[in-house]
Amino acid sequence: MADKPRDVLFRPLFDENPIALLSLGICSALAVTTKLETTVTMCLAVIFVLCCSNMAVSVIRNFIPANIRIIVQMTIIASLVIIVDQFLRAYAFDISKQLSVFVGLIITNCIIMGRAEAFASQNGPGLSFLDGLGNALGYSVILLVVGILRELFGSGSLFGVPMFALAAEGGWYAPNGLMLLPPSAFFIIGFFIWAVRTWKPKQVEKE
Amino acid sequence: MANDSVGRTFGVALGVCLVCSVLVSAAAVSLRPTQAVNKTLDKKRNILMAAGLLKSGEVASGERIDELYQNINTRVVDLATGEYVDGVDPIAYDQRRAAKDPAQSELVPANVDIANVKRRALHASVYMVSQKGKVKKVILPVHGLGLWSTLYGFVALDAKDLNTIRGLVYYEHAETPGLGGEVDNPSWKALWDGKKAFDESGAVRIEVIRGKVVQGRPETQYQVDGLSGATITSRGVRDMLRYWLGSESFGPYLAKLKERGVS
Repeated sequence: MADKPRDVLFRPLFDENPIALLSLGICSALAVTTKLETTVTMCLAVIFVLCCSNMAVSVIRNFIPANIRIIVQMTIIASLVIIVDQFLRAYAFDISKQLSVFVGLIITNCIIMGRAEAFASQNGPGLSFLDGLGNALGYSVILLVVGILRELFGSGSLFGVPMFALAAEGGWYAPNGLMLLPPSAFFIIGFFIWAVRTWKPKQVEKE
Repeated sequence: MANDSVGRTFGVALGVCLVCSVLVSAAAVSLRPTQAVNKTLDKKRNILMAAGLLKSGEVASGERIDELYQNINTRVVDLATGEYVDGVDPIAYDQRRAAKDPAQSELVPANVDIANVKRRALHASVYMVSQKGKVKKVILPVHGLGLWSTLYGFVALDAKDLNTIRGLVYYEHAETPGLGGEVDNPSWKALWDGKKAFDESGAVRIEVIRGKVVQGRPETQYQVDGLSGATITSRGVRDMLRYWLGSESFGPYLAKLKERGVS
């Protein structure tokens, strides 16, 4: 493998962004981005799980029998996710209440399975860690963009701190209710993909 | 390949499972005490909010919550008779767990089950809020189905007439954020203060109407603005109040309290 560590880390940010180019992991991007607080927590959780799972899968990649490799990867990912969930419940109770099932659903986030199967099972632990970090950051970039837009225009605040004076409280801003509903994340991700592809025309699929 | 032999497959599977299960159980066991503390604090915080002792959204430390909670006296009530139950530790009693235990719960007959409660505990926790040694409010737990989820919350009644609502808070639900989820909105919650739950005949009259309440009519005192875009959640809120305050559940208890006076 001739991948340079730098490429492995930074390519998933924009060139091969897991959500924008590969359309993986969209479900959670819709669900947790109504508020920045939950968005950031979700990003951190995914960064942790993806880095660790990539490393773990990579360390034992030469021992995993091919016929049970998917289930072994699943077991590792599921265990990591449970650990994250337990920690959130202990130290960030309010946020974990809001995230409810979506922390658990990291298990089924296609990015994590995808990277374990596509990268970690063929590369060394160091590179796999960087690949995990890069992809998790690529995921986070999109989640943060979506989260900022949705909270700002949906609730007029950022991190729960009011930014716009709301009409309901005598201000000028009438919150856009659509922003709080899952479809709005679709629109924002769509615009994001459009912007990235205008910037990097290579990503446009050939007809 | 040697990797694919049966022995190897079992070995790797076993090894992975062992390591993972040790990690998971270590995390679960070592964090359980902290999680339990969080859960209790969360419940207390919500009771305090219903009591009006804590503003919604106010960040309070565990010590502050425990200190404020000194003003609250928990009792356990037998829903069928309305009498206090002796021999049950009110602090340890968990009504929601009891509702799942066949020995401590009963089916709610379908014809009276307007709030979709389905099974309820035989005994319910009630909370007396005192200020300067006098009981000011009585807090009752309520729950019922909204659109997506069962909403769990507390309603506070003024101890003077056991009719005026002093607050309604939900501590657990999964309604749509921005629509049904607006049950958590402080300005909507503020609408409940001062509303009357019962009319002169003693029937539960409180309702969540569609749209805005017109001020100055006789029925205004029983009405709260509906949540826009959340008709079913609003209906759920109305129905659960009607059920829990009605004769099928807390009715007998409230009647006894009125008779004897709140203490």
